[in-house]
Amino acid sequence: MGFLDINKATKAYGAVQVLHETNISVEEGEFLVLVGPSGCGKSTLLNMIAGLEDITTGEIAIRDRSMNGVKPADRNIAMVFQSYALYPNMTVKGNISFGMEMHGIAKAEREKRISQVADLLQITHLLDRKPGQLSGGQRQRVAMGRALVREPDVFLFDEPLSNLDAKLRVDMRTEIKKLHQKLGTTIVYVTHDQIEALTLSTRIAVMFGGYVQQLGTPKEIYDNPANMFVAGFMGSPSMNLFPAKVVSANGVPAAEVRLADGNAAMIPFASGRMNGNDGRDIILGIRPEAITDRDGADRNSDAVHIVDMPVEVTEPAGSDTFVVSQIGGKDVTGRFRADVAVNAGQRFPFAFNMEKAVAFDPQSEQRIA
Amino acid sequence: MPSSATATRPGLADRLRDALPKLVLSPTVAIVAIFVYGFIAFTLYLSFTDSRILPTFGWVGWQNYENLFRIRAWDTAVNNLIVFGVLYIVVCCALGLLLAILLDQRIRAEGFIRTIYLYPMALSFIVTGVAWKWFLDPGIGLEAVVRGWGFESFTFGWIKDSDMAIYTIVIAAVWQTSGFVMAMFLAGLRGIDSEMMKAAQIDGASTFALYRRIVIPQLRPAFMSAFVVLAHMAIKSYDLVIALTGGGPGTATELPATFMYSYTFTRNQMGIGAASAVIMLMTIAAIIVPYLWSELREKK
Amino acid sequence: MTAISENTAAAAEPRRASAFNPARVVLYALLALFCIYYLLPLYVMVVNSLKPLSEITAGGMMALPGDWTIAPWQSAWSSAQVGVEATGLRPYFVNSILMVVPAVALSTILGALNGYVLTKWPFRGASILFGLLLFGCFIPFQMVLIPMARMLGLMGLAGSVPGLIFVHLVYGIGFSTLYFRNYYAAFPTELVRAAQIDGAGFFTIFWRILLPSSGPIAVVCIIWQFTNIWNDFLFGASFSDFDSQPMTVALNNLVQSSTGVKEYNVHFAGAIMAALPTLLVYIVAGRFFVRGLMAGSVKG
Repeated sequence: MGFLDINKATKAYGAVQVLHETNISVEEGEFLVLVGPSGCGKSTLLNMIAGLEDITTGEIAIRDRSMNGVKPADRNIAMVFQSYALYPNMTVKGNISFGMEMHGIAKAEREKRISQVADLLQITHLLDRKPGQLSGGQRQRVAMGRALVREPDVFLFDEPLSNLDAKLRVDMRTEIKKLHQKLGTTIVYVTHDQIEALTLSTRIAVMFGGYVQQLGTPKEIYDNPANMFVAGFMGSPSMNLFPAKVVSANGVPAAEVRLADGNAAMIPFASGRMNGNDGRDIILGIRPEAITDRDGADRNSDAVHIVDMPVEVTEPAGSDTFVVSQIGGKDVTGRFRADVAVNAGQRFPFAFNMEKAVAFDPQSEQRIA
Repeated sequence: MPSSATATRPGLADRLRDALPKLVLSPTVAIVAIFVYGFIAFTLYLSFTDSRILPTFGWVGWQNYENLFRIRAWDTAVNNLIVFGVLYIVVCCALGLLLAILLDQRIRAEGFIRTIYLYPMALSFIVTGVAWKWFLDPGIGLEAVVRGWGFESFTFGWIKDSDMAIYTIVIAAVWQTSGFVMAMFLAGLRGIDSEMMKAAQIDGASTFALYRRIVIPQLRPAFMSAFVVLAHMAIKSYDLVIALTGGGPGTATELPATFMYSYTFTRNQMGIGAASAVIMLMTIAAIIVPYLWSELREKK
Repeated sequence: MTAISENTAAAAEPRRASAFNPARVVLYALLALFCIYYLLPLYVMVVNSLKPLSEITAGGMMALPGDWTIAPWQSAWSSAQVGVEATGLRPYFVNSILMVVPAVALSTILGALNGYVLTKWPFRGASILFGLLLFGCFIPFQMVLIPMARMLGLMGLAGSVPGLIFVHLVYGIGFSTLYFRNYYAAFPTELVRAAQIDGAGFFTIFWRILLPSSGPIAVVCIIWQFTNIWNDFLFGASFSDFDSQPMTVALNNLVQSSTGVKEYNVHFAGAIMAALPTLLVYIVAGRFFVRGLMAGSVKG
């Protein structure tokens, strides 16, 4: 049993199943991120943990105590909302104090905790202001302060950074991570932003269509996506996915692909991969950073293979240049070093690091290897 | 917090707390169920009975309705309602639209003028009725005043004229409500995208064409709302008639609302009165229900 | 509707070059003409309430008083014949106040709670219930007169001020619920959820979180209810006795009484008295009054 156990939990509104049977066990101190596109069930699951929505079947337990039917206020949780949900008529101090007040904590204790949390978040000078007088980042801090001061078993974050502008979002992300490392609290965090998921979490649950598609560490999710959805959703730019056929070239399995100019190319798999699959149609997945210019390829890899391909578009992005070609009718993006001289319309050697390649079944979309 | 392993069985206090929202709503539900829908059912039932001075429960089928449509006074009331309703709605909308457009031309002191146009809406129809009753009275009002100014042949005796009295009701009602219609249209005008107006100007539209082709067609929702509000006010019109003409001269300005009241409470024909109320309800429902339906569905 | 006055008018903006623009002159003349139209009855009422009867009957209705007097006001307030007794309008003014204050307070409180439940604690059928509630606002009240008269009798409230309070409460809930529901629908539900997690209960959330932000809509609702209930005539005429009549009914009795000379100046003074409270509210809080009107018809 973990610290927070989600055990065969489901959620249905009438006939509509919004969350299929889900099992997640979170250890104390873990940072679990639920990530997925909107409507995937992640917020529903979070609300079920919070007690804001009922569990249709199954059970959610915190510290081995079943939470089914327990009021949100009695679960010893705290939540940070997307809109921050600061009470507009109360001061910052009032906002932070309100939950403790409701739980009957004595005034002296409240004052002490407020000043500790305000110190921690550097919002002491804002305590007497109203939420309307704060900037987005300040509101964000107050919302976190309101959660922290409760000293809950579990923190729930519902897309807390999505209302901030890009720069502030990155800063706050770092700050949340620092806070987690410092306090060692257990966090469940919902976001649709896969970068947030990868940077913050100790584990990620990728959700889609009411199912947990994959549950794992950021590295597992990124390197070994369980299916094409996870492969496409996690990582930016997203993983290249294109059709290929497994053939045998000199006894070694290789992917036969069709290039934009109609020519076929053979890319051998890394050794030991895809044996015994000859003749099988697959979807090959390979991340942009595993398709590079020749000199940018990973020197430690034994399976770099060069393919000359026509360049369609180049997108200089400062630190790198993204170079786009086509395989099997799909755009394929490679990540080249910025100073490589490559232009649209020319043929150019692309270096495929096949150690990083994964293969999916075109029908089931599950990973084969 | 006590941590018991089985926290699933809610106690009485918890159940009470869960039921609290519904408990709070229940007086309203009861009130609406009894005093709106229960009463509608009751009056509907009475309209099929032989009730006279008091409700009685002898079933007479459609007889009250048949009688109702044979009564000349009802006929007059319905005709009056048609004349009054059509004129009232058309004049209010036309005047309201005109005023709204005039006020939309970057007028100095717009707020002040708007306040003047709209204040009659704050008055009781009884006050409006009294003011117009004496103002239109030929003996002391407009006619007497104009004659006093030397136009000896001037006559304006509509309010005492059975053929024209209904129009005095229109005049007073329009005076009271047109400012409100103006406000509705003005809000509609202000809701129109200003970039679209700029685009039309660049396209070379004159002010007149701008309003006729671009602006007024976009006021459809405001027209709809105005129509529904005015139609339902027209059908319910009672106070104004009582104060202005008392339904007279004779029965010249009776409306269904005054007819219902007099048949039920002074002529002791409760069954017929109930039948006339049912017909009023049906007419209003025919206008309101589709409107509410579409409004509430849009909200979803 | 004051804040949005900049955008559309831009299209019709006149060239600022010439100070004199004939079109603008016509525009302002028209607006002024309509101001006269809307102010005329008020002018007639005020002016004639301050002159002796003889000046009115001599055809001087439009003229300023030759002989200023407040006698008509004194008479209307404390000595005019209303119905059978020469009490003036004072007791009826008091009746109206006794009726309006509790009816407005209760319907507003209930409306706020209803709106809170309907938006923040929704349940199956909540929107149907709201639709039914809303339809109840628009029914012709003729439909409920007969059963309500009986019901008030059964409750022992017939012909009394508490009876009228009850009636106005019952038929005022629909609109007050409408206002608060639409207002709270825009109130972030996340705040309610945050408060739930913080441990606040049903009433605490209402009291500490929603109510402090409800000022504007409460004003709108109170003004609307106040105006409607103060101005009501039908319920007052149907359900009151001589000693419980509201102002509107008494004013109508004063004006319609067929005994003796018609004291027009007293009638006008009485009409202004009946209009004054709502007029005052309109002048002080016109913005909220208009918002209420619009929300009650266009449903926000």
